[in-house]
Amino acid sequence: MLYFSKTKVLLIFLAIFFASFFALPNVFNQNQLSSFPSFIPSQKVNLGLDLQGGSHLLLEVDTEEIIKERTETLSFDLRKLLKTNDVSTANLRVLDDSISFSANQLPETVIKEIEDLSISNTQNILQTSNKSNLVVENNNGLISINFTDEFIKQAVSNAVSQSLEIVRRRIDELGTKEPSIQRQGASRIIIQLPGLDDPERIKSLLGQTAKLTFQLVDQTTSYDPNNPKKVPIGSEALESDEIEGYKYIVKKRIMVGGENLVDAQPGFDPQTNEPIVSFRFDRIGAKKFGKVTQDNVGKPFAIVLDDKVISAPVIREPILGGSGQISGGFDAEQANDLAILLRAGALPAPLIILEERSVGPDLGADSIAAGKYAAIIGFVAVIIFMIVIYRFFGLFADIALIINLIMVLGILSLLQATLTLPGIAGIILTIGMAVDANVLIFERVKEEIRNGSSMINSVENGYKRALSTILDANITTLIAALILFFMASGPVRGFSITLAIGIFTSVFTAFTFTRFLISLYVRRLKPSNVGLSNEV
Amino acid sequence: MKFNLSNAAIPFMSARIGGFIFSAILIILSFGSFFYSGLNFGIDFKGGTLIEIETADEVNLADIRSNLNSLSLGDVQVQEFGSTKNILIRVEQQAGGDGVQQNVVELVKASLDKNITTSISYRRTEVVGPKVSGELIQSGIIAIAVAVIAMLIYIWFRFEWQFSLGAVIALVHDVILTIGVFCFTQLEFNLPIIAAILTIVGYSMNDTVVVYDRVRENLRKHRSKPIIELLDQSINQTLSRTVITSVTTLLALVSLYIFGGSVIKGFTFAMIWGVVVGTYSSIFVASPFLKYVDVKRDWNTTSAVDSTK
Repeated sequence: MLYFSKTKVLLIFLAIFFASFFALPNVFNQNQLSSFPSFIPSQKVNLGLDLQGGSHLLLEVDTEEIIKERTETLSFDLRKLLKTNDVSTANLRVLDDSISFSANQLPETVIKEIEDLSISNTQNILQTSNKSNLVVENNNGLISINFTDEFIKQAVSNAVSQSLEIVRRRIDELGTKEPSIQRQGASRIIIQLPGLDDPERIKSLLGQTAKLTFQLVDQTTSYDPNNPKKVPIGSEALESDEIEGYKYIVKKRIMVGGENLVDAQPGFDPQTNEPIVSFRFDRIGAKKFGKVTQDNVGKPFAIVLDDKVISAPVIREPILGGSGQISGGFDAEQANDLAILLRAGALPAPLIILEERSVGPDLGADSIAAGKYAAIIGFVAVIIFMIVIYRFFGLFADIALIINLIMVLGILSLLQATLTLPGIAGIILTIGMAVDANVLIFERVKEEIRNGSSMINSVENGYKRALSTILDANITTLIAALILFFMASGPVRGFSITLAIGIFTSVFTAFTFTRFLISLYVRRLKPSNVGLSNEV
Repeated sequence: MKFNLSNAAIPFMSARIGGFIFSAILIILSFGSFFYSGLNFGIDFKGGTLIEIETADEVNLADIRSNLNSLSLGDVQVQEFGSTKNILIRVEQQAGGDGVQQNVVELVKASLDKNITTSISYRRTEVVGPKVSGELIQSGIIAIAVAVIAMLIYIWFRFEWQFSLGAVIALVHDVILTIGVFCFTQLEFNLPIIAAILTIVGYSMNDTVVVYDRVRENLRKHRSKPIIELLDQSINQTLSRTVITSVTTLLALVSLYIFGGSVIKGFTFAMIWGVVVGTYSSIFVASPFLKYVDVKRDWNTTSAVDSTK
């Protein structure tokens, strides 16, 4: 155990050299780093949001809303189909995810048609499948219609992918630095925004589905607050965004929707100097819009965003060019945000914020400073203690400890793993626990000497006998760190990373570097007393 | 300086009954405290909103409290956090699901901006909805259970079932006492505390394994030595290491506790407690346990890894 081949020595020092090489960037600032030649690594330790400041948001796509909307669309088609087939029904009820009605007679052909309905209804989702996405059950004249589980899964999955893309576009538009947007599980999205400690604006941007429609105002009646339910069939009452408590009666039929927009930009009305959003339709949108405005000159139409009427201007002349503008008494920032939302497109379903964690840059900097301070003091205390207890050997263990910390830093930089506040705690814990391997060995060596072995033999046997204990003892801690890594997320996960790296480096240095130092010391200097302590 | 436990011959085993009684009392107190006052869950597990602010000048906490109470958001806690200018505000979870929790932040910020005359900086904002907090509790419990089972299997594999059982009893002992101390002190129990408990599981195991390794070695060497003497010998032989490693670990942790800032105090406290309890349980729970189960004395027929070779 005391003999080292030249290759082994070389490998030990190479490993330490490379780790130090990768740890190096952390002692320089960004300017110094950029002036270095390119072969020197420039990646520092990746700081977590709790250390550099930033926002973490966990969102969930409201999947119930998706199914609800699908069910509603289906119910329109179903009514139409039943009517054309002259099926008399009663108690037709549209629930959140199913439709039921009773019918005395429902021929097999109609059931087949209902099933086929789903194929046209959902064509754009499952194009390859010709199988029905509906389960139609006839229970003694009580018919219930449900979507298949497979279809629901697919619809949700598509909505989440689409939401992810739109969230990304909206955030990119705001120009925050290095946002990370990831899907988590079936219906969730994790957003990490480094450097942003007040995500109010992002939250409000993400809180809107931004479904824009142009609908005609129903002029046959006006909203009566005393009789709010009095709305003609085919029309709906929508709140005004400008006038509190006022509602417009607008026709349900959508003239043009936001999906036909190709561009939206904030600007100012040259006459009133009021902030506006100007937009442009694609070819289809322009054609539709042109036709409707041509047919309805002199009538008002409503610009509806997320079921609220932004404004309801009167069509003065046909708008054939495919572009227009929205003004609705908003300020410049609101106009800007609306333009962003329109450009990025509508979310297929609302997003719900499940969790928010934001840390200001001050607290992050304070945490780093406190962590460094605690690490230095803990480090010095452990170093002094080891020298007091083990003399020369303690010094070797201390040198190993320093190398250990450099290696942890190097590996963290190399892997670009995230260092968090609990991660710093993990490093400090490593300072305390890394000496354990050496303590186990030194205690063994002392025991061997006490049993009358020669110095060299004692050191030799000490290492040999401590090996399996050290492995067993460290594997248990490693198991705990691994479980933590897989179960946790965010800052706590950072702790498991530094803890695990610390275990590897401390066992590595104890069995390579410290052993090498001690073997040099024992073989070259041939001390009469091993220098382990004055008691031996 | 004289420090030598190498020749120690402390009769730990004769103190074992005392140790058992002491542990039993602590466990009963832990359960009592758990059922009497329970854990003081942080927002990670209970849901709700936490806002930490720093003010330029000292402000009156009672004023803030009454201003926030007038928002009728339910239970609102306002307390100093580390210094008189740092204030921690906790608002309980609002009824109505995940969507409505976000309103709390806006309302509280508006109220603070209006009523506090000196400048405020928002250091930390955390909002955890009911869905996430429920999941965090679940995954925390699973993580600890998986860790304990993993240890049980590993020790079984490396030693014998008697050792495995003893180690896990010590482990569960440590986890119970750690949860107990959090019930007793009413310190906030949040996500990092789960991480601390898992680390304690690792550390306690680490300590136990070192003693057990020596027990196994001695079992091979001294086949006819009475088990009590053999256990005492093993504990004493490893005592010096046990103490030194505990001291270095505690030096690092105490430094972190004192200088590491307020955010991480609970986490560090849990680990300091865990190191003390874990060291105690290796000597007074895990080792004496081996006396009561029939440990194998003839190890030569086994294929287990022999560390004496």
